[in-house]
Amino acid sequence: MDLYQELILDHSKRPQHAGLREPYDAQTHHVNTTCGDEVTLRVHLAGDGPDARVEDVSYDAVGCSISIASASVLAEEVIGHTVAESLHTFDAIRSMLTSKGEDPGDEEIIGDAVAFAGVSKYPARVKCALLPWTAYTDALARAGVDIADASATKSGV
Amino acid sequence: MPDLDVETLRQDFPILSRTVRDGRPLVYLDSGATSQKPTQVLDAERDFYEQHNAAVHRGAHQLAEEATDAFEGARVTVADFVGARPDEVIFTKSATEAINLVAYAFSNASAGGDLGIPETPATDRFRIGPGDQIVVTQMEHHANLVPWQELARRTGASLRWLDVTDGGELDLGNLDEVVTERTKVLAFAHVSNVVGTINPVRELADKARSVGAITVLDACQSVPHLPVDFDELGVDFMAFSAHKMLGPYGVGVLVGRAELLAAMPPFLGGGSMIETVLMDHSTYAAPPQRFEAGIPNQSQAVGLAAACDYLSQVGMDAVAAHDREITQAVLDGLAARPWIRVLGPLDAEKRTGSVAFVVDGVHPHDVGQVLDDSGVAVRTGHHCAWPLHRALRVPASTRASFGPYTTADEVQAFLDALDRVPSIFGVAV
Repeated sequence: MDLYQELILDHSKRPQHAGLREPYDAQTHHVNTTCGDEVTLRVHLAGDGPDARVEDVSYDAVGCSISIASASVLAEEVIGHTVAESLHTFDAIRSMLTSKGEDPGDEEIIGDAVAFAGVSKYPARVKCALLPWTAYTDALARAGVDIADASATKSGV
Repeated sequence: MPDLDVETLRQDFPILSRTVRDGRPLVYLDSGATSQKPTQVLDAERDFYEQHNAAVHRGAHQLAEEATDAFEGARVTVADFVGARPDEVIFTKSATEAINLVAYAFSNASAGGDLGIPETPATDRFRIGPGDQIVVTQMEHHANLVPWQELARRTGASLRWLDVTDGGELDLGNLDEVVTERTKVLAFAHVSNVVGTINPVRELADKARSVGAITVLDACQSVPHLPVDFDELGVDFMAFSAHKMLGPYGVGVLVGRAELLAAMPPFLGGGSMIETVLMDHSTYAAPPQRFEAGIPNQSQAVGLAAACDYLSQVGMDAVAAHDREITQAVLDGLAARPWIRVLGPLDAEKRTGSVAFVVDGVHPHDVGQVLDDSGVAVRTGHHCAWPLHRALRVPASTRASFGPYTTADEVQAFLDALDRVPSIFGVAV
């Protein structure tokens, strides 16, 4: 099955940066109501605006291999980057996930998340992969980030 | 009792011969979510539209008469199928609406004022407020839980519930403490939509009656699989949906004891349900029309009647026996795989319709995805019964559910597909 790439299975069995940590600026709890997958996610930022640095993303995820691996890859891809960079990565991942198999993803931009390209052929699973990302952007917003403004910022990309 | 000839019966379900996922034969084990529909049901709906379509209970022309006859004839067929009287059968859009209809009868009766109906002593049984109790169970589908939570919120009554044992059965050890003189309504499932447990309806109905509480039975998962007789069950209300019993979407049924229906205020207001309408108030028709506001779901009711006829022809005893055989085969197959944990009773006699299970270390979504890759359609998640999953201490489960068309070969295909799970996810077997 092309859905269950080794990378996804590895991340789901050994999720990176898992667990909830202090300090943090905002925490969110998102639920996939169709299946009950849940993620609690915290962000810790340094600085303000689009150039703020993501110091830490910590999370507690209960769910399928896709949602847990997605949380793990998210943490790997955004920690140490600016908010604007992380939203640029999210945009690229989202277009891949919602492409119904058309967009294979660019490893240069989204790293290990290319392993999720197969998910886009299974509409019911796209939500699982997006769950940690929507929790992340919601957490950024709660931490005071203007998501629309930061997404439009090309600096640091 | 004639055996169910599953291969012949399957000819009536064109969808069962299609393929999925790169040409694999479809193995449909999701009938608990919705059953497939035989051509007889589809033809009945089409025939209604092609030959008799007109608005029922309106119009002075022949088509209106024929449409009304078809709709009211459907009511008689459905009533016969579940051992009720035709005037005790109300067509709703779904079982969910049927349960809400009863819940709103309680809060509308409790709101006071002139109800627009001839009140009877039974009307007082629907008046509920602070100090009164509503009792449900941990096993309920959200459709038989949320409306009661909302009723409690609107009226100030308190919500209590019967627990579920680790074995997936209702815990009746404290029945006398939970169902008391303060209980106004006891709502519970006949058969669990997740663990398949068949609940002791008669015992619960007797208990409710002894304290004067009204019983509301969710029969969505029993009517498709077992012979069900409303009178014999001894409950006051019973809700079920057509689409889970080979019928169409868009129609559910509320069966209610005639003297209680007569005492209930309406739920939805509008055309068809009135007696007289004045500018400042109205009075309402007798049941069942009182509870069928607006244009009814005519063709769907006709389709449901065709489904009842279809099941009657097969014979509900034969359907039930077939279901037991399939359930037993699934339970045996899962028991031979120690890496699988079945939720609910392990005795096929205590359950019907579905088997839910977990693979420790693998999320149900992932199990379901592997099955789907083999052409096997199951449901994964909490199956609209989140509190039950919490009670059983699992976040979600995988559920295989059956219909009269389910074959032993399909059970084997399901088990074979399951055997792919351990290697993909590194589970020790």
